[in-house]
Amino acid sequence: MTSAIKPKHQRLVLLVIALVALVGAGLLAAWALRNQASYFYLPSEIVEQAPAPDEDLRLGGMVEPGSIQPQPDGVTIRFAVGDGTTTVPVSFTGIAPALFQENSGVVAEGYMGQDGTFVATNLLAKHDENYMPRELEGMSREQARQRIEATLE
Amino acid sequence: MHGFANPARFLRLARWLTPLLLVVGLVLVAVSLAYSYTSMPPDRLMGDSVKILPIHVAVSWLGMGGWTTIAIASLVELVWRHPLAAIAARAAAVPGAVFAFLCLATGSIWGRPTWGTWWVWDGRLTSMLVLLFLYFGYIALSGALAREGSSSRIAAIFGLVGAINVPIINRSVVWWNSLHQPPSLTMGNSAIDPVYLYPLGASTLGFSCLFGALVLMRMRTLLADMQAEARLRRKAMMAAEEEFA
Repeated sequence: MTSAIKPKHQRLVLLVIALVALVGAGLLAAWALRNQASYFYLPSEIVEQAPAPDEDLRLGGMVEPGSIQPQPDGVTIRFAVGDGTTTVPVSFTGIAPALFQENSGVVAEGYMGQDGTFVATNLLAKHDENYMPRELEGMSREQARQRIEATLE
Repeated sequence: MHGFANPARFLRLARWLTPLLLVVGLVLVAVSLAYSYTSMPPDRLMGDSVKILPIHVAVSWLGMGGWTTIAIASLVELVWRHPLAAIAARAAAVPGAVFAFLCLATGSIWGRPTWGTWWVWDGRLTSMLVLLFLYFGYIALSGALAREGSSSRIAAIFGLVGAINVPIINRSVVWWNSLHQPPSLTMGNSAIDPVYLYPLGASTLGFSCLFGALVLMRMRTLLADMQAEARLRRKAMMAAEEEFA
């Protein structure tokens, strides 16, 4: 009996099935990793899950406006990291990266202190996806975005 | 497509296309980088270090584009048994690996002043490093198969399986919290001001032309190698026949 399917098409169908299975496996693996592969926890996740005190972890979010308070010892700063719903107070002793400022992203490495303050041993600044020159700085983020989008049409 | 199964036809096309892509690529990259380093205005937050954007983003895309090329060529090889496909896949591996390495190097240099660290094990950076290692594996495997004269089908399967990493790299910043920022360019939207976007477009086009030129050059070299080897083998066989005659 001869098959009506050409060998070329048979190979194509086999490969497509194999690729679909492969992509499915990859997506499942990525989905299973969704928490473990995250680089940091958001403030709301930390408040919800209450990590053990002194457990090493990373906290990421936005530096709340007006929350940065230099401490009298000159090397410690206290600030709050928020994600829109929850904020966590942070204290850090050391040199903050240049991009560390209010309303911008930050990742703090450290542990949760007994008093509910996150004690950071290292700070990393997170850059957002917006790139714009200083001349546009006065504009709100929305205005700048509109200006950028207008050039794409 | 099978018109190019004849290497002579492919070589005729490659002969004029290679220098054209090379020159256009070099000019575009030179212009875009010269503009970046001389007249690009500083970013509102990261200042002058934004000048590395046109090179970092372009080489990162091409690092992923290289593996996409390998995967498509592997598919064509496995399904249509196209004789040039295996050569194209092999030719794309080394340039792709170089772009992936440049992506990691420029990203690291950029990360130090902006994030405050050379390297972190977040989803984006780790998956890109995995891509570089996949390239090393592919280069070693396809080279070994070619040396032994075995079929390149195993390399083609490796090329297809490894392609699963490309969408993972692309989505890593969306699926997982990462230090790397989410994509600036999404379907029809840009969060990059035109003063940075146009140089990025030019450098991407330029590096793509350079990638094409490199792949064509390597394909021609591989074809010439195979021809030389076949000729040597024929000669040796003829010499052996004469001895027995």
